[in-house]
Amino acid sequence: MCKDCGCGLPGANPIRVSGHGHEHTHTHEHEHEHAHEHGPGQHHGEPHDHSHSHDHAHGHSHGETEHSPGDSDHTQREARRTLELRQAILGRNDRLAERNRGFFRARGLLVLNVLSSPGSGKTTFLRETVQLLRPDVKTGIIVGDLATDNDAVSLRKSGAPVVQITTGTVCHLEAEMVSRAVKQLDLRDLQLLIIENVGNLVCPASYDLGEDLRIILLSVTEGEDKPLKYPPMFQSANVVIVSKTDLAPACDYDRAKALANIRKIAPEAQVFETSAKTGQGMDAWRDFLLKRCREQQTVDPLAD
Amino acid sequence: MHELSIVDGALAIVLERADQAGAKRIHRVRLRIGALSGVVPDALQFAFEALVPGTLAESARLEIEEVPARFWCATCQAEFQSDDMFAECPDCHRPSGELRAGREMEVASMEID
Repeated sequence: MCKDCGCGLPGANPIRVSGHGHEHTHTHEHEHEHAHEHGPGQHHGEPHDHSHSHDHAHGHSHGETEHSPGDSDHTQREARRTLELRQAILGRNDRLAERNRGFFRARGLLVLNVLSSPGSGKTTFLRETVQLLRPDVKTGIIVGDLATDNDAVSLRKSGAPVVQITTGTVCHLEAEMVSRAVKQLDLRDLQLLIIENVGNLVCPASYDLGEDLRIILLSVTEGEDKPLKYPPMFQSANVVIVSKTDLAPACDYDRAKALANIRKIAPEAQVFETSAKTGQGMDAWRDFLLKRCREQQTVDPLAD
Repeated sequence: MHELSIVDGALAIVLERADQAGAKRIHRVRLRIGALSGVVPDALQFAFEALVPGTLAESARLEIEEVPARFWCATCQAEFQSDDMFAECPDCHRPSGELRAGREMEVASMEID
């Protein structure tokens, strides 16, 4: 389940991964122990018709830790002890993401996690990106959506291999979904893997997928203050793409204000202003990726 | 809903470890929550009460330790504290993009018997 919005509760729609024709379904497992105990005040006063026996003899020795299923609990004041846990609530995802990262680095693959709100133009932008990089760099794509494979169909037009993850009710991708999806891609010829996350500016910020770069798209139609409204997401960006710049005049886009807001939240992010439609700014973005892909070939997979 | 899912994740960790430790009951659960994690402690309490019935943590108390946000200023080579997401170094007034603490969401400890 998502830590931000609570989507994807156990038992909700299974997640599907579909690349070339066959699908794998999967549900998140949650094994909670539901101990059969009586709450305070329910011990003796109420009629029971449970078939298990209740031993009310107060005969247990203190310090006993065995717990057979029929026991009722009369030992609340037994010696209490504190267990130090120090476990990150999203720790499991972080571990799986690091595993992905090592796997990708060992293959010299540059991995992008592309995030934005719905409708910022991710799919069109990525389709153009793939075409501009060819033939120098071959790209594979993993795309996440709650439902439909429309984006996968659109992205396949670029000629790149595409795996669609439909998350059902889950509003973000997790490292485990990516590791399953990637098994359906033939990575041997690829130098670049693009993960198009579910359109959402809140929850995906917390989930590392094992990417090298987080790319956040902000279209000129969304308003200059978007970075201020969604600081955790923009703060995690390595690159911010201002998209649909061809529409700037139509929506009175204030470029200086938008750039200032991006710098305020993400001072170290690189910014590209692009229009996938007219091609404006796309060359600079392509050159950046070409350079990073070349550098990735020489990265030591065991380096930090 | 935000907080409900955090507590759900925390409970999964707590119940698994309590089971491994052979606990009969969980009396106290302590979380460490960063000031910039975007989580409201009161809402965590509410979610905790909603989720614990029927578990070993049914009568447990939830304690939340808040971790202040600390940023790193690359210019001054120093850490500074701020509760603002748009943090500016108090000395050189440059914005810092490096958050060193304050995003934590962690199960710190629990008390069992």
